[in-house]
Amino acid sequence: MNRQIPLVVCFSFGLMMFLQYFSTHTVARSLNLAILDYWQIIFAFTLILGVVSYIKVNMTKISRGIDRPYLIVGLIGMISMPIMALIWGIKADSPFMWMFENVQAPMASTVFALLAFFVASASFRGFRARSTQASILLGAALIILLSRSNLPIPYAENLSEFADWIRNYPSMTARRAILIGIGLGSLTTSLRVLLGIERTWLGGEN
Amino acid sequence: MSTIIIAQAFISTDRTGVFIISIIAILIVLYTTYFRNNKKPFTIRKINGLQAVEDAIGRATEMARPLLYTPGWGGDIQRPTTIASMNILSFVAEKTAQYDCDLVFPTHDPVIMSVAQEVVKESYSRTGYPDRYKEDNISYVSSSQFGYAAAVDGIISRTKPASIFLLGTFEAESLILAETGNSINAIQIAGTDSTIQLSFFIVACDYTLIGEELFAASGYLSGNKSILASVQAQDMMKVAIGLFVVIATIWATVESLSGNPLSNWWNF
Repeated sequence: MNRQIPLVVCFSFGLMMFLQYFSTHTVARSLNLAILDYWQIIFAFTLILGVVSYIKVNMTKISRGIDRPYLIVGLIGMISMPIMALIWGIKADSPFMWMFENVQAPMASTVFALLAFFVASASFRGFRARSTQASILLGAALIILLSRSNLPIPYAENLSEFADWIRNYPSMTARRAILIGIGLGSLTTSLRVLLGIERTWLGGEN
Repeated sequence: MSTIIIAQAFISTDRTGVFIISIIAILIVLYTTYFRNNKKPFTIRKINGLQAVEDAIGRATEMARPLLYTPGWGGDIQRPTTIASMNILSFVAEKTAQYDCDLVFPTHDPVIMSVAQEVVKESYSRTGYPDRYKEDNISYVSSSQFGYAAAVDGIISRTKPASIFLLGTFEAESLILAETGNSINAIQIAGTDSTIQLSFFIVACDYTLIGEELFAASGYLSGNKSILASVQAQDMMKVAIGLFVVIATIWATVESLSGNPLSNWWNF
């Protein structure tokens, strides 16, 4: 019974959402909006769950002395930001926004900036010509790189056209084949969940 | 007549084609799952990434280091990719329970955290080792994309997991996580539904599940006949799409060579 109720709810809502997608009727539209509103409400409650879990896990680790400095910084940030928002609001000149613009945003940009170095190191490994396929990949990458650079190369216009051809035909063909596989995989996975064949999301098989 | 008018009022005419195709696809899945799955055993081609799952868990056990599993920042629990990832997590958790290996699961979404806790707890109970389950190892870290990336990077750098599973929906954080894992020489198995991030994973990880392989994983790992039957349905639909593309291409080529205006019956 514990498993059957969620399965029935899942099937009913899945079927309802599937059917409403194909309808422009006002009943279908309002049903979709109502479900999206409920989803937002549920999400707000799950955030509380996340915050409680974050505090509990970090407090346990701090008491055991595991990664103490990092966890204390994380906890201070998590507690201080909502307090600042509640006391001084979130307007442009508030302490909350100052912290957001001068602490959080630069930290996020720093992590994002790591990508530049990681792309270089990953490309170095990926473009080693160890086999015929890897050599073709290296050649295609060189053509794309040269076509997008400002270097004074002969036949730059033809190279650019050839690079576009690589992107629009061989590359796009492979990408679409993968996308078709992903689309069909998503469809069958969704159906398995709706029909109750796949029950892992409930925690188990039975 | 009145029934037709009511039906027309409910069904959007510009989505009729998609509706018909969806119904055909559903019927194929239902047919293979409920009517064909008892006739003969299904065989599925060898998928190296899934063959390596047990080796990766064994490696972590032998090195007495944890195993890190994360579903990425891009998806929530409604996404089929996340559901597929939870299916693989169930299998991985069964093995980590048997081998008494620590399974660390950081995530960006509290709902995914709750589902993962249930999945792992059930897997540990199923294998007979409920006492080995550690709830704190499955935790929410941050909803911010780079906050999540920094937190998982930190966990990787400090705990140095022997094996890393990056299975789910990933965005720009994919390469940051994969390269950090590569820097500590962890064996990495990745899979995602994002074609852009797939190229990063192919370069930085040891094994990559490409597209549909991620969705076929639960059938492959569990050997469940009904799930394998739905994978067969996928193949049947793929053949049908292939045929459709070939016929439409020949049709368009012949029409353009004959000088007639192009028809567009294949657009829906």
